[in-house]
Amino acid sequence: MFEDLSSKLENAFKSVTGQARLSDINVAETVREIRRALLDADVNYEVARSITSKVKEKALGQGVVASVTPGQQFTKIVYDELAWVLGEEKEEITFSDKPPTVILIAGLQGSGKTTFSAKLAKWLKEQGKTPMLAAADVYRPAAVDQLKTLGGQIDIPVYAIKEKDAGRVATEAVAEAKKNARDVLIIDTAGRMHVDEYMMNEVADIKKSVNATEVLFVVDSMTGQDAVNTAKEFNEQIDFDGVVLTKLDGDTRGGAAISIKTVVNKSIKFISTGEDMDSISPFYPDRMAQRILGMGDVVSLVERAQQQYDEVQARKLQSKISSDTFNLEDFYGQLQQVKKMGSMKDLVGMIPGMSKQLGDTEIDDESLKPIEAVINSMTIEERRRPQLINGSRRKRIAKGSGTSVKEVNDLLKQFNQMKKMMKTMTKMNKMGRAMEGLKNMTGQQKIN
Amino acid sequence: MGLLDKLGFGKKEEKLQEGLEKTRTGFLDKMGKALVGKDKVDDEVLDDLEEILITSDVGVKTTLEVIRRIENRVARDRFISSSELQKILKEEITGLLKEHEPDRPAEFEAELKQKPHVILVVGVNGVGKTTTIGKLSNMYKLAGKRVMLGAGDTFRAGAVEQLKIWSERADVPLIQQGHGADPAAVAYDTVASAKSRGADVVLVDTAGRLHNRKALMAELGKIKRVMGKVVDGAPHEVLLVLDASTGQNALQQALAFTEVVDVTGLALTKLDGTAKGGIVIGISHEMSVPVKYIGVGEKIEDLQVFDRARFVQALFEKTVAGSS
Repeated sequence: MFEDLSSKLENAFKSVTGQARLSDINVAETVREIRRALLDADVNYEVARSITSKVKEKALGQGVVASVTPGQQFTKIVYDELAWVLGEEKEEITFSDKPPTVILIAGLQGSGKTTFSAKLAKWLKEQGKTPMLAAADVYRPAAVDQLKTLGGQIDIPVYAIKEKDAGRVATEAVAEAKKNARDVLIIDTAGRMHVDEYMMNEVADIKKSVNATEVLFVVDSMTGQDAVNTAKEFNEQIDFDGVVLTKLDGDTRGGAAISIKTVVNKSIKFISTGEDMDSISPFYPDRMAQRILGMGDVVSLVERAQQQYDEVQARKLQSKISSDTFNLEDFYGQLQQVKKMGSMKDLVGMIPGMSKQLGDTEIDDESLKPIEAVINSMTIEERRRPQLINGSRRKRIAKGSGTSVKEVNDLLKQFNQMKKMMKTMTKMNKMGRAMEGLKNMTGQQKIN
Repeated sequence: MGLLDKLGFGKKEEKLQEGLEKTRTGFLDKMGKALVGKDKVDDEVLDDLEEILITSDVGVKTTLEVIRRIENRVARDRFISSSELQKILKEEITGLLKEHEPDRPAEFEAELKQKPHVILVVGVNGVGKTTTIGKLSNMYKLAGKRVMLGAGDTFRAGAVEQLKIWSERADVPLIQQGHGADPAAVAYDTVASAKSRGADVVLVDTAGRLHNRKALMAELGKIKRVMGKVVDGAPHEVLLVLDASTGQNALQQALAFTEVVDVTGLALTKLDGTAKGGIVIGISHEMSVPVKYIGVGEKIEDLQVFDRARFVQALFEKTVAGSS
């Protein structure tokens, strides 16, 4: 039930492989799939709509790269759009010229603020800073204990007071940090609902009174459609500088990242991926885009194919297959193309679902060597007209390539089978295309 | 006709802000007006319905199911009034939510078959397990039950202290072995003491764990198993706590937890914000598990027994679900 977008797109595009251009007809169904996938990944409804309309615009009329399927190519277009929305590059936190740099942590209940605060402190310490933590969550039972315990684990001082006054903890902590020459102060605040006026005022007041250098909004990466509402409200009240995505070690797609970025246009600065104090890392937009699409590494595959594959040659190849003139020389050329794209194992790994299908079967470039050797030991005439290869020629080829007659026989047999299969596939493709075209045309009428 | 046929086509892209601020109120009236005397629901109405359901985190699959049901029903009973249609719409959605089971009553006053009635509380990190337990223990106590708590979250810093404060607020005993103890041992201890002290209800807390963490899930399985060694059939209820603001991942959570500890009921927390928690509709329907409680705030009384009709009504309102 958790089908990857890229495999969905494959299905949507089954019928149009080989078509030279992405047309209105084949784009319509695909856009629908993309939209559904984005919604399944928790991208906000309106945001998903605006993304798909942009993708549609870009896809229409774009040429199909022959070596990848239109589905893969489409995935690339979506990916580029998502990565663009998420921000071109990672953004760092700002440090104050006059220490201490005050970092205020805010967010909803249970988003992971306290754990993140401690992780950030440890991370900064490892970068040579001398951070201090302030326990300004005075509401949740034992929240102060939690931060103190974590502070103890990572050996970073925690400022806390007995009184339940968050504002006082914050301001006093600033003074304390100055006094002890701590150059960064991280203030952990209580989780609060964005609709809770009293609590939202409290955090806004803290921001002002401590003159925060950096305000980080912490969001659970599993958040659904409501992410836009909370992000907007927090942004209006405290105008935060960056977003932290937590619990990314789960299997959520994390579409909320796209929604938030779109609605408030603030950068995602950190991701948090576990309960271990080291599981914090800067945010990489490209990886997030891939995660939301759930797509293996189709992007690199398409990019490599675009670089390496000669479209004209590919078209020649297709006409050769359909006219039944595909020979061993063409096959050899194919092998070389594939090799140029990278190691077989890598390539297979990039195709969604493929690695699973193969299971533990070992694929390595070594397995191609005997095949190449056999073809290399043929004369050009033999490669062009494999039917010439009789018994004595087989013996010669086996000897020349350091293989056995059986291996030569196997190769020739496989080549013939492949040729037959390719021909049937091309025929079926043509027929399928005509059928799909009809179906899509009637489908179009319904839509409009 | 597939709903998604219409998604994203022929409609001018609206300004994002406008779309987000579009009010839900009045949708039911609009739907009624658009429909009286027809045997088909207008596309525009279905579009609006789709938007309301999707933005409530109901999810594409369940949204399509709701639309399909409404279309079928309207095709069948063609001449209907607008009030009838509103009723149908609510009924179809309500019908997807599983009813409470008599064996495991949600009401706190209800008589419990087993003594002690053992409840294991599970969920991913930060959904509100400990807070929910605090509120539940108070409700049971007010209903005259003898309650006992077990501090099974021995992992998160401060978790035992947090539950201890709740146990003091509700004035119920807490069994704990401190931070870092074996949670299965705490669970065993709690159920055993409850049995010997004649408690009516036992609530055992567990550490939050992401459902894709194999080892942690296996640990949870063990916690469940040891309880059954002390009291027959324990735990009698496995309550999965879900955060209302969680999106489609909640379904993965429900599936994974059920596989390991066979979830028997859901508690939906944090409904005092703007999140609607629509994902529980699909979960309840697909897994045949009832939603039992909703959490609507941080105070000890901010917990209610789940009411299907009110929950569905709240999907179409701007106001907060569950607020009276």
